[in-house]
Amino acid sequence: MIAIIDYGVGNLFSLKSSIASIGKEAVVTSDKSVIDSADQVILPGVGAFKDAVEKLRSRDLFDFVKEQAATGKPFLGICLGMQMLFDKSFEYGEHEGLGLVPGEVRPIEGVIPANLDIPHMGWNALSFHAASGEAFAESPIFKELKEGDYVYFVHSYAAFNCNKNLIATAEYGVPLTAAVQNGNVYGTQFHPEKSGEIGMKILKAFAEL
Amino acid sequence: MITKRIIPCLDVRDGRVVKGVNFEGLRDVNNPVELGKYYSNCGADELVFYDITASFEGRKLFTDILTKVASEIFIPLTVGGGINTVDDFDRVLKCGADKVSVNSGAIKNPDLINEAAQKYGNQCVVLSVDAKRVDGSFHVFLNGGRVDTGMDALKWIEDGVKRGAGEVVLNSIDTDGVKQGFDLEMLKAVNAIVKVPVIASGGAGSIQDFVTLFKEIPDVSAGLAASIFHFGEVKIDDLKKTLRDEGISVRL
Repeated sequence: MIAIIDYGVGNLFSLKSSIASIGKEAVVTSDKSVIDSADQVILPGVGAFKDAVEKLRSRDLFDFVKEQAATGKPFLGICLGMQMLFDKSFEYGEHEGLGLVPGEVRPIEGVIPANLDIPHMGWNALSFHAASGEAFAESPIFKELKEGDYVYFVHSYAAFNCNKNLIATAEYGVPLTAAVQNGNVYGTQFHPEKSGEIGMKILKAFAEL
Repeated sequence: MITKRIIPCLDVRDGRVVKGVNFEGLRDVNNPVELGKYYSNCGADELVFYDITASFEGRKLFTDILTKVASEIFIPLTVGGGINTVDDFDRVLKCGADKVSVNSGAIKNPDLINEAAQKYGNQCVVLSVDAKRVDGSFHVFLNGGRVDTGMDALKWIEDGVKRGAGEVVLNSIDTDGVKQGFDLEMLKAVNAIVKVPVIASGGAGSIQDFVTLFKEIPDVSAGLAASIFHFGEVKIDDLKKTLRDEGISVRL
């Protein structure tokens, strides 16, 4: 069973339905015992970084999420849920993240060419990356994908200084962090649950870890 | 590289998809779930559902349909029609919508954009504008192009984006239903003033119209159409192949 952590943000209906569509069971919950008993955990999220972290804290889930990731079970952050995996974010101030993946979250404004729209919204192609200094080995969540497959993005902030854990980028004037992995902890800036067949392949690979 | 999006729009009344020429003379076309699936399978990049039902019962039918669509189709879904309050956002987001499009509700109460953007994020709020030429400028129209608000469309769009709209759908009443191509002049004017993605709507009659759109205005993010897709005049996979052959980046 996959636990989708419910902390009051985001569209969890699609995520739950998309996992059901690949024949896996997902439970949307904020109950620690249910999350603890899950085989895999997903941290979803949309909206503002600060609000999301505060909501996790107000439900007493902030430290619990870190503990869950430390158990070694497959853990996936999606979109803002991925951004929260990092040490900190500079979205309207400076805010502490979960610290599960080294790096930080910053605005894409000023990084991407000035003529491009913000948010980075739409379907973009994935380029796979090897963690720096290591031989390229495709991340297990991408095992059914090929380079150049399209996934759906919508974000105005992105993760930077995370080369060591970078497993995929997407080109938007510059390469932006599309996915990261730190051991059992995975993060996708894009929405697999909105990325059609390709997204379902990623969720299926994650569900079978 | 980010791809240009092709978006079929499905107007839904009492649980059925309809589309009229110049918004008049509605015709039943198909079942929203089946049509949505069909479009998703042939490469639509997103789907837009407009609820044109007036009654409470019809609205319930719409959210039931939306729930079914969102349970089976895993591409972005935008919902519009009858969105007047933050509660309306909540109602459709709970049924699986990803983005919510505001039109007359935001004209009556512009703060709706601010409130919704704060609560759900800018990416969730789509400002949909029906605009038409009046005495040399673009005016915002209501009720499917029948009522002139007198508001300047460019000023309204600029204001809406400042308030937090993360995307703009520009529907030209002048070209809508005419099938002679998108309103390039109006789209250029809007693209020049906003930094968020702009979706072109109104006027597509052929594959060539989309080629012209993306070649003439490289900043346009997406093209939206309804009847040409619903009546099979343009097939989305053919359209995307042609765009690719013309050097325009699409998801295939």
